[in-house]
Amino acid sequence: MYRGLNITQLRDKIDNEGISPEEIFESTNKLAHQLQDEYNSFVTIIDKFKMKTTNKTLLSGICYGLKDNISTSNILTTSSSNILKDYIPVYDATVYKKLKNAGAVLVGKTVLDELAMGGTGTTAHTGIVRNPWDKNRMIGGSSAGSASAVALGIVPFAIGSDTGDSIRKPASFGGVVGFKPTYGRISRYGLFAFASSLDHIGTLTRNVHDAAAVVDIIKGLDPNDMTTLKDDNKNYVSSLENDIKGKKLFYIKEICDKKLYQDSNDEVMLKILDEFHKMLDKLRNQGFIIEEVSIDKQLLEALYPTYMSISCAEATSNNANLTGIQFGPRNDGSSYQEIMMKDRTLGFSELIKRRFILGSFILQKENQEKLFLNACRIRRLIVDKINELFKDYDGMILPASGSIAPKFDDSSEKLSEKYLILENHLVIGNFGGFPSITLPFTMIENMPVGINLTGRVKEDDLVLNMANYIEKVTGLSDIYSKVGDSNEV
Amino acid sequence: MKYKVVIGLEVHCELETKSKNFSPAINTFSNIPNENVATVDLGLPGILPVPNKEACRRALMTAMALNCTTPDEVLFDRKNYFYPDLPKGYQITQMTKPMGRNGYLDILVGKDIKRVYIHQLHLEEDTASLEHRSAYSLIDYNRSGIPLMEIVTEPCIESAEEAVRFLEDLRDVFIFLGVSEARSNKGQMRCDVNISLMEEGSKTLGTKVEMKNINAFTSVKDAIEYEIKRQTKILENNEKVIQETRRIAEDGKTYAMREKVDAVDYKYFVEPNIPPVPLTKEYLDSIRATIPELKLARYQKYIEKYKLSEYDAGVLSANKETSDYFEQVLSYGSDIDLSVNFVTTAILSTIKKLEIELKDLFITPKMLSDVINLVHKNDMSLDHGKKLLYKAIEEKTDPMEIVKRENLHQINDETELLALITTLMDENKEQVRQYVEEDNKAIINFFIGQTMKKSNRQANPNKSLEIIKIELEKRKKNNETK
Repeated sequence: MYRGLNITQLRDKIDNEGISPEEIFESTNKLAHQLQDEYNSFVTIIDKFKMKTTNKTLLSGICYGLKDNISTSNILTTSSSNILKDYIPVYDATVYKKLKNAGAVLVGKTVLDELAMGGTGTTAHTGIVRNPWDKNRMIGGSSAGSASAVALGIVPFAIGSDTGDSIRKPASFGGVVGFKPTYGRISRYGLFAFASSLDHIGTLTRNVHDAAAVVDIIKGLDPNDMTTLKDDNKNYVSSLENDIKGKKLFYIKEICDKKLYQDSNDEVMLKILDEFHKMLDKLRNQGFIIEEVSIDKQLLEALYPTYMSISCAEATSNNANLTGIQFGPRNDGSSYQEIMMKDRTLGFSELIKRRFILGSFILQKENQEKLFLNACRIRRLIVDKINELFKDYDGMILPASGSIAPKFDDSSEKLSEKYLILENHLVIGNFGGFPSITLPFTMIENMPVGINLTGRVKEDDLVLNMANYIEKVTGLSDIYSKVGDSNEV
Repeated sequence: MKYKVVIGLEVHCELETKSKNFSPAINTFSNIPNENVATVDLGLPGILPVPNKEACRRALMTAMALNCTTPDEVLFDRKNYFYPDLPKGYQITQMTKPMGRNGYLDILVGKDIKRVYIHQLHLEEDTASLEHRSAYSLIDYNRSGIPLMEIVTEPCIESAEEAVRFLEDLRDVFIFLGVSEARSNKGQMRCDVNISLMEEGSKTLGTKVEMKNINAFTSVKDAIEYEIKRQTKILENNEKVIQETRRIAEDGKTYAMREKVDAVDYKYFVEPNIPPVPLTKEYLDSIRATIPELKLARYQKYIEKYKLSEYDAGVLSANKETSDYFEQVLSYGSDIDLSVNFVTTAILSTIKKLEIELKDLFITPKMLSDVINLVHKNDMSLDHGKKLLYKAIEEKTDPMEIVKRENLHQINDETELLALITTLMDENKEQVRQYVEEDNKAIINFFIGQTMKKSNRQANPNKSLEIIKIELEKRKKNNETK
């Protein structure tokens, strides 16, 4: 009944039509259960209506989903891993606390790739997440459940986390808006750390306005997170309609030039690039100035390995608390080493173990200089290069992906030379902590494809402002999959 | 063959702060397990560290007091290893930019000054403590996250005596700075000892043996002395010392714990959750301005400037409370000798007798200096001064109040004394006669006694004695000429 409504529409139902938040919750809860078997968006669906405050905020009474790697006291938080399958936190993450205080209503904890590592949505301990637009396809990850819950129209927004592209990639595959603000804009306190220097919290919504509305509530300085930024005292919603005429964007030749892919027979990719350039023209017509820039290809090719080095290294250390000693499933053993080893061997999937071993290897004394510190240097070079471009440009615009959501059977984590840069450039946003947003801009083979806009650090308002204009041009706001709907033909 | 002993120390000291190093839990010693624990100390998923500014300040202050160079910014690193007492699976410590590098501490060994070089000083967090039972172990997180300062010396210490002296003096530095109580019985100060023997004249260091987590200084001494004997014997037998970690047992002997595998790789890297905080010159200067004069400097000052005996200088500089008290007394312009006398005898014996600390003593340095001034001006005898002091302590009353109330000023006025003594002689004719006719010298003492009694012990005894002698002689002469 309330499926697919955005925050503004739900606000209207509650404020002007006398619909109670509880009624909306009951209906949402029912829908969540109804779609759970097929799409598996949630680890936990909340069955009891709970609204902490009746204070009027833009989010009071609005239902949402929260990624299951965000700490919620008294609510199971598994990080979609067997090693935390029964873990019930004793404290609230800052982002959850802020949403509670704003009166938002938690509907469920969403599935992720185990420990937020992976981009397929297929590695959770509770099973794979399916793409609402085509259930034979993946939605991508790691914020898979958050993206699918929004793309299914169950909730108007969900909270995700983004370390490489974990919000913005599934947003592209799911046809929703994925926004990751500047590093430090939203507190990470209570987010189960994957790679602390790259981890961001962000939103999945069905339009840019709702992204701004949610971030307005959850942003801010947090004494519990030393990396949070001072409050910018801005209201992002109110700057959405600012004039964008004359705003300058660039795209990177080494990623978007069709000539680079001349030999390719990947029709979808070529179509995406076509559509991308057409979209740029439309945006130019709206007053954006968009230019092509060239960046050293070697630097771009280093994006993925650099990301893997840094993220695996930090992940190894960040997840060293999962030993079964303090919490989590404990196995028998004759020494603490044996206990920890068994707990970790049984508690993590193969992919996770592979990444931990990689991370540990990268941090070893004899490898650290070459593999870890060099990766940190390359990261710096890339960020410096982008910042240099940001002196002349207000933002960087790129296709979020060179493909539509992959089918389950053609997935592989293998590096493909062809897609290396096109599929992995979103990590630039994490390297520099830049605000970055993906929104749907076209449909190819009935599947959505996202466009990504990344802006200067701390200019979250401008990024949302420009994205709001792009959304007007694409016309693809508030789209969702009506699958399972009784009215669906 | 003679062997030279080479010792390096790694000293851990818990800092005294309100909260823990990276969490809001209270930093205090408790016998009740898991009483002072915050989520951060448990290493629960999602927690983030927030550094304690005061702990950083104290570590920087200690680094400066130990003549170290300080870094341009505060930066923390992670030390990664698995152990049940380490809930996060890593310890936040400092490797890249420790709070201090290349410092030294001068210590007094016998009469000589020995300079012990400090390799580095860094700030880290303590681990939880484990209690091992027969079939299981218990974890107490009270200690988890307490700010811990580690000081690593260069291998430049050459005997057990020097090592213990260094530890004692270092503890005094902590206490003088007020950064830690540094009580080894509470585990607040612990030390690892690295010791090797090398042939006299040789330039290559011998094989190093490590002894970990020794609390008591006497155990440090025992362990080093035992190790010197043990290693000497091994070398004399032309055998090889094994590089290993040993533990000290209660019998004062050391026992092998595990052979040192050199390749413990802690995979250090910069802690990403704590952005580097630049250290400004103003901030460092403001810390430097709060560093008090340390023990050795005070000791030397007392000998050279105040001309005290080594004994007195030692007593007065032994701890900061006494030394500060003494210096405050002097700051009121009190006579140095009298101040030494009063502080080392009356004051110290009183606090010992009452089993209190100097800060809890009723007599403030100002009160004491008032009493000392009375004695110094000859307004009161030394004996009376001390009695006055004891009375003031007993009554918890300002000694000057007592002086006023009981009119205790010494009578120095000679006319007044003469009048008093003349009256006494008139009243005691028989005693005057005994002196005049029988030359009984004991009569002098009789009149002194009477004078003191009549004056409420306020008469200046020396002056009274003079006058009594003169008056008696006068009467003797008058009698002879009669």
